[in-house]
Amino acid sequence: MTDALYQEIILDHYKHPHGRGLREPYQAQAHHVNPTCGDEVTVRVQLSGEQVEDVSYEGMGCSISQAAASVLYDLVRGGTVEAALTRHDAFQAMMTGRGEVEPDENVLEDGVAFAGVAKYPARVKCALLPWMAFKDAVLRANETETQP
Amino acid sequence: MTGTVAAPVLDVARARKDFPILSREVNGHPLVYLDSGNTSQKPRAVIEAMRQHYERHNANVARSVHQLGTEATEAYEGARAKVAAFIGATSPDEVVFTKNSTEAINLVAYSYGARLRLGDEVVISEMEHHSNIVPWQLLCDRIGATLRWFRVSDEGRLDLSTLDRLVNERTRIVSIAHMSNVLGTINPTEAIVKRAHEVGAVVLLDGSQSVPHLGVDVTALDADFLAFTSHKMLGPTGIGVLWGRSEVLESMPPFLGGGSMIETVSLEKTTFAKPPTRFEAGTPPIAQAVGLGAAVDYLSALGMAKLARHEAQLTGYALEALATVPGLRLFGPATTRDRGGILSFDLPGIHPHDVGQVLDSLGVQVRVGHHCARPICVRYGVAAMTRASLYLYNTTDEVDALVAGLAQVRKVFG
Repeated sequence: MTDALYQEIILDHYKHPHGRGLREPYQAQAHHVNPTCGDEVTVRVQLSGEQVEDVSYEGMGCSISQAAASVLYDLVRGGTVEAALTRHDAFQAMMTGRGEVEPDENVLEDGVAFAGVAKYPARVKCALLPWMAFKDAVLRANETETQP
Repeated sequence: MTGTVAAPVLDVARARKDFPILSREVNGHPLVYLDSGNTSQKPRAVIEAMRQHYERHNANVARSVHQLGTEATEAYEGARAKVAAFIGATSPDEVVFTKNSTEAINLVAYSYGARLRLGDEVVISEMEHHSNIVPWQLLCDRIGATLRWFRVSDEGRLDLSTLDRLVNERTRIVSIAHMSNVLGTINPTEAIVKRAHEVGAVVLLDGSQSVPHLGVDVTALDADFLAFTSHKMLGPTGIGVLWGRSEVLESMPPFLGGGSMIETVSLEKTTFAKPPTRFEAGTPPIAQAVGLGAAVDYLSALGMAKLARHEAQLTGYALEALATVPGLRLFGPATTRDRGGILSFDLPGIHPHDVGQVLDSLGVQVRVGHHCARPICVRYGVAAMTRASLYLYNTTDEVDALVAGLAQVRKVFG
């Protein structure tokens, strides 16, 4: 069955997403598309110095991509940019590890539920979609800040 | 015995035994393969023919005087003749082997398209596969021509009310799916071909979904080009077909340049071979042609009329069965009239990826996503669809497995 893939945590985040919806103010946003399935997500970030003040998102997609956005919100909002990027890297390493990377629950919290998704190569992109958009948005926000 | 003679019925159970893959299991369940619109499974006869070719007759074609070269050339050209007969072409010279349907359409867009001028128009439809959209966009961008398209009705039919305006004296090419890979709609080609020829335009029919299922006759269709692909009609991947009316092919410049397609080459200038060779640069897919020839033999022996009747019955059964699934929204015609066995649908609130994943866990293989036809998904306001597509080897039991699987999907995500 698909129990390894559709963990209760993932289904919960999918059915009751945290922090969903696009909010103002924001410094930068990124819109990412998965060209093979047409899934889309827009992620906005509002940074305040070293802090991720807010992350907001909107998208259409499967349970995996939508739940990943909800978990992303929980994991990065209110923390430092550095911690957020560390979690991004850990999530990406887990997802691209073909199910062989043991995730650190202290770093990824609910995100460890996605470890099972890593065994389904066709679905890895779904889980990474919002995280890639988030990283892009952070880079853009930093660019805007460093401009004179 | 008196009374009407019953039409011969396809012995599906027997046909299934010809397809080795159908006896395997997927995720602990018997394989239920409902993705033939994507690629079909292969009968043993095709697999064997290709193996035999490599084991006994392998050589390059059209250039060797040795025995193996002669055998390989005969096999390759024999496959061309089989394909020509299968689609009712007047001569094997009207059959160009390509890599796939996509390359066949690109060939026409480049080679025939070279004669278009600024302000000319190309007409497609909203229900096309990307392979019948993008080559025309590229052509129009190069030339400054205009791309126009037929709209599609809520029921999944081409809106022909605009036919006379859309296809006009500026139109040079009309390129339409014979059967939609998303909606299953079989398009009314007769009216379109008639109008196109009235204004001096040529018609290309994308037969990727129709040729494997309908018993297509190019003479009856009266189009100028027909593109289709081997792997959706029991043959191997790597080979497709462009059929073209001989006088049209004769008038076209080469597509790809290289070996085989020439008459005489000097360093200053080259003259080109006649069609179909003119359009087959380089070593062609030889073993694949042999496999396609075997596929055509298999389909012919089975009987395309019998096959089409079986699929029509099964499609009718599937339409009724899917209608019982709560909330299911079917795209495309609701009856079997002018529609084939392609059943795309949406379960509101459940993403097709999730539908496909749960079905896969039950051994049911369907396609999910935009089916390389994003404009028609946009037309119906969905990002993606789930698609079951039927072929000769599918059964009512398999349709039942799909419907049971959808109940499981709703349990997980409901």
